[in-house]
Amino acid sequence: MNIKEYQKLVKDLSPRENRLKNMAVAFFVGGLIGFLGEFYLYLLTESFGMSRADAFSWLCLTLILLGTLLTALGFFDNWFSKCKCGLIIPTTGFAHSITSCALDFKKEGLITGLGANFFKLAGSVILYGIISAFVLTIVRVMLGG
Amino acid sequence: MASTKYKNVYLTDYYTIVGPLEKEGRLRGYNIALDNYYYNENTFEKAEIKMQKVVIDNILFKNGLRNDDIDLLVGGDLSNQISVTNYSAKNFGFPFLGVYAACATFPESLIIGANFLDNMAYKKIISITSSHNLTAEKQFRYPIEYGAPKPHTATFTATGSVATLLTKVPGHIKIESSTIGTPIDMGIKDANNMGAVMAPAAALTLNRHLQDLKRSPEYYDLILTGDLGCVGSEIFKQYLKINNGITLKNYKDAGCELFLEDQETYAGGSGPVCLPLVLFNRILNSRKYQKILIIGTGSLHSSTLVNQKNTIPAIAHAVSLEVVR
Repeated sequence: MNIKEYQKLVKDLSPRENRLKNMAVAFFVGGLIGFLGEFYLYLLTESFGMSRADAFSWLCLTLILLGTLLTALGFFDNWFSKCKCGLIIPTTGFAHSITSCALDFKKEGLITGLGANFFKLAGSVILYGIISAFVLTIVRVMLGG
Repeated sequence: MASTKYKNVYLTDYYTIVGPLEKEGRLRGYNIALDNYYYNENTFEKAEIKMQKVVIDNILFKNGLRNDDIDLLVGGDLSNQISVTNYSAKNFGFPFLGVYAACATFPESLIIGANFLDNMAYKKIISITSSHNLTAEKQFRYPIEYGAPKPHTATFTATGSVATLLTKVPGHIKIESSTIGTPIDMGIKDANNMGAVMAPAAALTLNRHLQDLKRSPEYYDLILTGDLGCVGSEIFKQYLKINNGITLKNYKDAGCELFLEDQETYAGGSGPVCLPLVLFNRILNSRKYQKILIIGTGSLHSSTLVNQKNTIPAIAHAVSLEVVR
């Protein structure tokens, strides 16, 4: 059996992921977080008299705090692997990746361990976030925006 | 010739320790089962070292042996530079050979031990292996607390350690023969489908073993592969049928036997400790099989080479055991 034939055999016998189900779960979980976020924004602006911009910052901070705290308490990873993109795309995913790296390397020293590996997963988000912001800004300027 | 028959080598005793998930799993009768992954240490690596020390200490104690009775310690684990085994070996003062064959480490150390016993003046050899789910996750995959979604082809590294005592004193389990495997690479790059990576290696070694010793698969009461998992074992059977014209009836995979279906271990257990745990705590306990062929399968990759988009080679080693009641 050559390599091509073998790869076909592997493809035929490996179970396929249920993408439709994964997408539906991500859609509803992500949507639910968005819904709760909107409610939280409404509460902050209406009951506490905050501006919408201030309230949005508080919302972000609260989501990061929750993601970090629940990761540190040890059960966020189980929800995360079940809800997939539903929890990865909101700020919770970013917080989760940083906290999990910090927990993994805390015994290997503050500089060589925790510091050096803190952005192991989130580094990509930061780097490509900055690059895409840069590119999109140039596009916007060129379009006269 | 890659296959060797042994005149006088016996697997005299074994000692097993497992982690919390294996404790709740399908098998019973482990010597020690832990309630948590730390084993009263402050890191998972230290916990794995302690597991190895405890099984070696216990096998010495059970057999009334002192440290200078042991002629050789041979074994390894999954950690970089097999550091876990090195750190446990330093405590005993035994002559030590460290081996790495990923999840085929158990049969590889049995083969080395059996050859030393059969051909030289060695009398007592301990083979050791271990794996720890969380040290392996950290090294090969994502941070432990990071809940990266996994595909259904992924396997779950088992937590545990097994020490075996090999001697020339006739006993219940005879190491009858062995076949050393050849690395094979069938172009798979997916480290989340290690069953597919290792299945051709298992087929290659099984075929060579049967040809070298002029046996048919029916010669064995059971052929047990190490950790192909539920997906990999199907690929193995199909590949063997198409490529070698061998149809297996008396076949099990240890990865499929270790955990229960509702334990969310994807395609089943893996790790070098998976094969000996199932062999000692299920296959031998059942008293159903006399002639058993174990084939340990190892995926010989590192995260660096996988990230560089290289295909993954695999190896499999086979050991034939005869149970005498």
